[in-house]
Amino acid sequence: MISDAIDNDQVEILLNDVLESHGYDFLEYSHASIKRRITRLYALDNFVSFAEFRYTIKTDKQYFKRFLEEITVNVTEMFRDPSFYKALRNDVLPVLGTYPFIRIWVAGCSTGEEAYSLAIVLKELNLLNKSLIYATDINPSVLEKAKKGMFPLNYLKQYSENYLQSGGVKEFSSYYTANYSLAKFDESLNSKMIFSTHNLVSDHSFNEFQLILCRNVLIYFDKELQHKVFNLFDGSIEKLGYLALGSKESLEFWPKSKEYKRVKMEKIWRKL
Amino acid sequence: MAQTINSARCNALIIGGSAGSLDVLLEIFPALRNDMSFPIVLVVHRKASNESLLTDLLRSRTKLEVNEAEEKEFLTPGKVFIAPADYHMLIEEDFSISLDYSEKVNYSRPSIDVTFHSAAEVFKETLVCILLSGSNADGVEGLKTVNNLGGSVVIQNPNTAIMPYMPQQAVINVKPHVVLDGHNMADYINNLNN
Repeated sequence: MISDAIDNDQVEILLNDVLESHGYDFLEYSHASIKRRITRLYALDNFVSFAEFRYTIKTDKQYFKRFLEEITVNVTEMFRDPSFYKALRNDVLPVLGTYPFIRIWVAGCSTGEEAYSLAIVLKELNLLNKSLIYATDINPSVLEKAKKGMFPLNYLKQYSENYLQSGGVKEFSSYYTANYSLAKFDESLNSKMIFSTHNLVSDHSFNEFQLILCRNVLIYFDKELQHKVFNLFDGSIEKLGYLALGSKESLEFWPKSKEYKRVKMEKIWRKL
Repeated sequence: MAQTINSARCNALIIGGSAGSLDVLLEIFPALRNDMSFPIVLVVHRKASNESLLTDLLRSRTKLEVNEAEEKEFLTPGKVFIAPADYHMLIEEDFSISLDYSEKVNYSRPSIDVTFHSAAEVFKETLVCILLSGSNADGVEGLKTVNNLGGSVVIQNPNTAIMPYMPQQAVINVKPHVVLDGHNMADYINNLNN
């Protein structure tokens, strides 16, 4: 690991360039994380000087695509935190099932593992046919992967264990076909998904939802940006709708948090 | 072997451990004074599922306040912060905590390297890092950064470690350092108090 190949001022310079030249605003991201991602990319791609790195990011559109994909964290899992999915299955989705139509937003969906997990639970509750899942991410290339619904086969054992722990009752393998090193998920699942780019930093609300899932995205934002995003979600959730966050994220310090009620012990809140 | 590498005050202590480190931690914590003048951060490899086990175990053995770290929380003196299972933990310039769910490092999340490295950049010569028993080399690269930026490196004597590989690698690759037996760790830490 190269230590301090890029210093704090240079991070600032790069992020300003990215905003000016490409329109993506990372200035309110948690500094230590984004600095680590930038330093990692610099070492990974064998740049020899900061000047070269800076010039490439600024002018090379193709390289900027890579920058965007590597600077954002795209690690995700199916049925991550089984107890969370158990709460969705038992406490949240049955309530939404009483509505004629269910609109769900998976914000920061990355390669789609959470959207497919959600679709599986909806299907088992016989709710998928009246649901629509909007899956968005800042990053167009991960959305391309998400649309395909193909995940590396070597993770499937873990996903299957997560699924069973979350209260899944079927044979997990009935949802996919193994194809060489990939598992291709059933098309009935993504037939109810709409994929689109959306930048939580700069884009506005685009619909009203009964459930917004945004897990392990806000940990990368500073406090002010987190509050802005909570306001964006607040303007996009119907009364009595739900907001679901990652296991280490919280609404607690947001000024309007009193208008939301926590669902049991999970990181799920209901708008009052 | 010098007992103290530098005389700068300690503003943060980070302890990294993997397989076999729990025994040492359970020996250290009951012997710590209850008015530490700096925060103590623990980065311990463990399974993602049994989250609060480590926190509960340590809580029952010390008067210091022990919590699993929350994101954006500030490192405050006298408290113990445990890096949550399945997240990397980084330290910001304002001493607040950032959590990160990016790729594993050295097959580990939390990775000891990630926290050592990040804390070294913030605390520089006022950082003390301790590496305990373990069977991979996570932490060694981070300790190099700690050294380069003037912090102090303490390594558990590999002969007293249940899994000697991790401290061995550190002893070989990171210099200067202090080597301590597990049962001398608590005294060392108590003496860092300002």
